[in-house]
Amino acid sequence: MDITDFYDTFFEEAEELLGDMERLLLELDVDEPDAEELNAIFRAAHSIKGGAGTFGFLVLQETTHILENLLDHTRRGELTLRRDIVDTFLEAKDMLHDQLNAYRNGEEPDQEAFERICKTLKQMALDELGGAEGTKAPKAKPAPEPVKEAETTASADGVNDSESDEEQETTLRVALLNVAEKDRGLLVEELAQLGSVIEQQGDDKRYEVTLKTAVSGEDIEAVMCFVIDAEQLEISAAEPVSTVAPAAQPVDQAPAEPAPAAPAETKSEAPPKPDASAPAKPPASSKDKKPQGGKPKGSGESSLRVPVDKVDQIINLVGELIITQSMLDQTASEIDGMTHSALHNGLNLLQRNARDLQEAVMSIRMMPMDYVFSRFPRLVRDLADKLNKDVELITEGKSTELDKSLIERIIDPLTHLVRNSLDHGIESPDEREAKGKPRGGKLTLSAQHQGGNILIEVIDDGAGLNRAKLLAKAESNGLAVSDSMSDDEVWQLIFAPGFSTAEQVSDVSGRGVGMDVVKRNIQAMGGHVEILSREGQGTTTRIVLPLTLAILDGMSIKVGKEVFILPLGTVLESLQPSRDDLYTMAGSDQLLKVRDEYLPVIALHQVLDIDNARTELTECIVVIVQGEGRRYALMVDDLIGQQQVVVKNLETNYRKVPGISAATILGDGSVALILDIADLHRLSRRKTVQPTHKSIKPTQEVLTS
Amino acid sequence: MTAVSQANAQLQQANAANLDAHSSEFLVFSLGEEEYAVDILKVQEIRGYENVTRIANAPDFIKGVTNLRGVIVPIVDLRIKFHLANVEYGGQTVVIVVNVGDRVVGIVVDGVSDVMTLSPDQIKPAPEFGVTMSSDYLSGLGSLEDRMLVLVDIDKLLTSEEMALVDKTTH
Repeated sequence: MDITDFYDTFFEEAEELLGDMERLLLELDVDEPDAEELNAIFRAAHSIKGGAGTFGFLVLQETTHILENLLDHTRRGELTLRRDIVDTFLEAKDMLHDQLNAYRNGEEPDQEAFERICKTLKQMALDELGGAEGTKAPKAKPAPEPVKEAETTASADGVNDSESDEEQETTLRVALLNVAEKDRGLLVEELAQLGSVIEQQGDDKRYEVTLKTAVSGEDIEAVMCFVIDAEQLEISAAEPVSTVAPAAQPVDQAPAEPAPAAPAETKSEAPPKPDASAPAKPPASSKDKKPQGGKPKGSGESSLRVPVDKVDQIINLVGELIITQSMLDQTASEIDGMTHSALHNGLNLLQRNARDLQEAVMSIRMMPMDYVFSRFPRLVRDLADKLNKDVELITEGKSTELDKSLIERIIDPLTHLVRNSLDHGIESPDEREAKGKPRGGKLTLSAQHQGGNILIEVIDDGAGLNRAKLLAKAESNGLAVSDSMSDDEVWQLIFAPGFSTAEQVSDVSGRGVGMDVVKRNIQAMGGHVEILSREGQGTTTRIVLPLTLAILDGMSIKVGKEVFILPLGTVLESLQPSRDDLYTMAGSDQLLKVRDEYLPVIALHQVLDIDNARTELTECIVVIVQGEGRRYALMVDDLIGQQQVVVKNLETNYRKVPGISAATILGDGSVALILDIADLHRLSRRKTVQPTHKSIKPTQEVLTS
Repeated sequence: MTAVSQANAQLQQANAANLDAHSSEFLVFSLGEEEYAVDILKVQEIRGYENVTRIANAPDFIKGVTNLRGVIVPIVDLRIKFHLANVEYGGQTVVIVVNVGDRVVGIVVDGVSDVMTLSPDQIKPAPEFGVTMSSDYLSGLGSLEDRMLVLVDIDKLLTSEEMALVDKTTH
């Protein structure tokens, strides 16, 4: 086994640790930092450093090391936190993230950026700590330098939890449990870099290495955890050389039977800041999880990392099952129910089980909205700083779940909306005060389920949209507007391409290339955006999305002999038109009057060249549909019914088809195409512009079967 | 040995090397009176022609899509593509499902006759140019006593732009 096999594990864990670090830094109360949180931040940096050292990522290791030193001073109260210090820490965290990505892509991190951040951090250390520590940056060398500032304790047996700055070497007995021989060599080599190996012996089941080192048990564990599970590691003090440890403590206790009450007391003698990173461990065995340090890999029981394509495969198979089940259903419905009641009962049961299974499988793909929301505290903080605004971010409904594919695609639009709210919505503190509002603005992100949809809202208590300004701007942009437009219609104007009311283009927003993209993105996900706004009180942008893209509520319709599916979300109503409501325009364009509204009529058989369709409008059914804000009447032969369909991609084996969004498989096993309402409208316009380009006569076809 | 036949021999060797050691087995199918063959390793299965859903505004030789155990597969009629006079769909009409790259495509043919092993010396180079069918899509001509098999390079044919099976942007 090669050590590079563990790279991915390291990258993933380091990524998570960095995420934790950022979250914690953002949650930190600068004036009264919580010791526990500071410790957690420190430990995250520490674990990353350990892993980076193990894998020889020198740049990452060194950057983390400098950061770790500073964090260590912070948690011990030697460095007083300020907002700008937290900013620097955040910047350093971003840098670590960049470096991590570089390594992940097999590149060397940006040397210049590395030097810059090191300089910044060292400078900060100099400024804040009066030079005592600033020059102590380590030289890059493969093994993690013995961490003097870190807990150099044999914390495993609880004897030596003191937070001494003095260097002390302890002798640790590191037992590797159930580690195969080939990995063992690697680990022992690793241990040898942390100190000097005095003795090693044992077998696959239990291999003991006696190590003389200045590194704490926790550090060793942090390093090893990237290779083996925490459970596979036992660290105990062989013969604690507790030169600095309080003499009161018995030092000769065997790791197996220590004095039970001892550890908690020793801790209190530690330096001023109680060190919570190594809380009193039950001394019996160090095998139990490390306190809160890093992420013990053993937590794997509660969750499982599975590649997305495996999950998708299961989802596909379940989709097949549902189709097979509805095929059976259809066949069975032709069989006499009385004589075959057992069969029908069985089929009913199958149907229920299949649906349950489908629901359960779909839920695997679901991810909590927290995945999206968690990236906003940082964004809001940075932006508010930049704009000199005081904004409080509130998130609600973090645990609301949404399909993974959607959750990834909602990030960009949502980011845009949040930027907009901060830039245009929420006023500066002075302005707010003048208006009699609290100086600090409020931005709320919320997510909730509503029927088969998820509702995501971005709510600000800012200035709201200005109707007059919007109308004036729209007019100057050449959009057709009138004063009689409803508020809703006016708000919709901001989704027009190239529309921005910001007087000044800032680098935050205002170029007007945003809202139309937001709208398009959301529509591409099968959702829509609404805006509610009240001048002076704020704006709410509401995004409504389907829970998943894999299943669609559809209405099946028939034209000629062909069956199509209309997404139910686009269907407003269906009706049989009467001659009185039909009007023509420009000779051939047909309009249908529905409740004071003239809707263009699009005949599906014309757009899709379907033979044997009914052509007389009054004999047909029209379905009023709406897509991308356009409403029209779609002329079809018949409505068949509503059903849930499993969406199948057409592009997997074929290509994008104009007017069609995807395909599905009907109960009889045949394929039906799902119509794309907005694209159908475009297609129909293209067809009328160049009506008869179909000159090639199809080859004669005879169906003989 | 003349210079021409020497060149031919070399070409044959090149052709034989192009096809890997196992790929000299071909599935022979008929389009009208003509006999064609595809590399058997490209063939996933053979099935009847049924339940094809038409796709509007597609070229006429794309018959539509069908459901192949949950996978949506486009169906191409090579007879229409090659402008054969008599295109009928009946019990004998067969769809050869082939794997092209990571795609699955069904091709409609008049019938499948047999699987044949061709030795390198039975594979002659394709003509320099074709009128209807570009010789780019041929990997050679199989010569068997009085029969001639057109060896189709199905990958090149089905991913070609004129087949319109693949989005230009995605390929």
